[in-house]
Amino acid sequence: MNNLRGVYTIWYRDMLRFGRDRVRLIGAVFMPLLFLFVFGSGLGAQMGMLRPGINFSQFLFPGIIGMTVLMNSFMSGVSVVWDREFGFLKEVLVAPINRASVAVGKTLGAATVAIIQGMIILLFAPLIGVSLSPGMVAMLLPSMFLLAIAMGSFGVLLATRIRTIEAFQAIMPMLTFPMIFLSGVFFSVEDVPLWMNILSKINPATYGVTIIRQIALGDMSGATFELSLFGHPMSLWNNVGILAAFGAVMILIAMRSFGSQE
Amino acid sequence: MSDYIITVENLTKRFGELVAVDNISFQVAPGEIFGFLGPNGAGKTTTINILCTLTKPSSGKALVNGFDVVHQQSQVRQSIGLVFQDPSLDERLNGLQNLYFHALVYNVPASVRRQRIEQVLKMIELWDKRNSVVQTYSGGMKRRLELARGLLHNPKVLFLDEPTLGLDPQTRNRLWEYILELRRREGTTIFLTTHYMDEAEKANRIAIMDYGKIVAMDTPERLKDIVSKDIVSVTTDDNDKAAEEIRHRYQIEVRHDHNELTFEVAKGEEFLPTFIKEFKTTILSVSLRHPSLDDVFLKLTGREIREEGVSDVFKAMIRQHGRRMRH
Repeated sequence: MNNLRGVYTIWYRDMLRFGRDRVRLIGAVFMPLLFLFVFGSGLGAQMGMLRPGINFSQFLFPGIIGMTVLMNSFMSGVSVVWDREFGFLKEVLVAPINRASVAVGKTLGAATVAIIQGMIILLFAPLIGVSLSPGMVAMLLPSMFLLAIAMGSFGVLLATRIRTIEAFQAIMPMLTFPMIFLSGVFFSVEDVPLWMNILSKINPATYGVTIIRQIALGDMSGATFELSLFGHPMSLWNNVGILAAFGAVMILIAMRSFGSQE
Repeated sequence: MSDYIITVENLTKRFGELVAVDNISFQVAPGEIFGFLGPNGAGKTTTINILCTLTKPSSGKALVNGFDVVHQQSQVRQSIGLVFQDPSLDERLNGLQNLYFHALVYNVPASVRRQRIEQVLKMIELWDKRNSVVQTYSGGMKRRLELARGLLHNPKVLFLDEPTLGLDPQTRNRLWEYILELRRREGTTIFLTTHYMDEAEKANRIAIMDYGKIVAMDTPERLKDIVSKDIVSVTTDDNDKAAEEIRHRYQIEVRHDHNELTFEVAKGEEFLPTFIKEFKTTILSVSLRHPSLDDVFLKLTGREIREEGVSDVFKAMIRQHGRRMRH
């Protein structure tokens, strides 16, 4: 009971903060939408059809959803650094709640916020010419949630290790941009030079972006935009398995790491 | 079971080579206002951090409300309220939301939650500002909100780590009115650290800390008995000569302090008139005061409490410089 209460309160605080902060919501979806419409229209006009029936904008759309979810969940997870800087973390650390449950609550909060932002991008599907059935949306939401949990807990874990704002500001761009660029948001990671291909396969976000793309483009069999790992063609469930395994490991380490900090 | 709300036995905390808390022991009775007095870096905050489970002791034992601070962290945390030296509010939320969050975390029953929040907010006179974002509060208002938050779950012990640091005198007085009112109404034990003497005098008992050790512990009145005499400060046109004259005539110690000489005498009021009449060196000014905790600290440690590393060096430089000028 004690643990559940801890998870809930930490999550609840993130919801309160999110509810107060309209500017943050607009900021969080503005950049992805800019990428979607400017790159989609600009580059798309020169590229033509990537696969039969799929133009660049349609290819980009699920990638942008993935980008929105992974970037925002990661950033929210890492925001624990700001709580430390502004002192609020102390209030949490001396509270009679389990510290591991604080890590879980923070991850869930980050994931919830990221999914709401991802869903706003999802509303633009008709403008891009992507048709989503209710069944597809029902599968997209848990996929986005899985990606958000994996990235959110990764962020929380980092935040327990980064002690200063200066280090945080230096490290963040070095992590987020490669993670986004090498996750298949803007191009298929199978049609790139080997070194990029290898880095993309190491990047856990790649599997999340691929899952979302396969579902959103009605490509469940994976025939059109398939990942292969060590020559093995990855099915949707293979990708889900890898992302879930990464997420589970991250959240367990984050719980441990949160519990041991002084 | 012991009757004490806080029991500390042979507590030590080392950070590498540095011994921040050096084998201290003390007890605090329920309902007591207990103060830790000492300069910055004396180990006051480290001791508080150990007592509130934020830092683990290197050795020794500490019980708060009967619970061990290492092995029963959750029970200790539920028993205490805290006002830290540095702010620890969520500045993006409003006053009400900060307290609501605290009430949830400390498991204040839903049936009394609203009523309790209203009660503490009204006590510290922030009820009207409850819907304003904390960012817009003044420093004093933030401190008051933290005090209200620390009380919300009816803690057995309220820890105040330099609670009025950086506040103006008026706000400090108001904050103290709230704290004393609280003690009267709820009987909460209050454990505070401070380096303000007037603040320490409000405590029932004081432990004076220096270099991680407790050098004295008693009521403010009895501590002041250590310096049983009154303190006379004089400035003259030749302090060196005057110091020699005082030593010779009254057989007492004289301290050079800045530009003045200080010494202790019994019954200062009766001493002064004859002193002024008989003294050979020209007196520029003279003052008399009764001993304060400042003097107690000076007597016990040979240093003034406000003196810190930098100003010590600075003073030494000035002294040297002055000597060179004279020669």
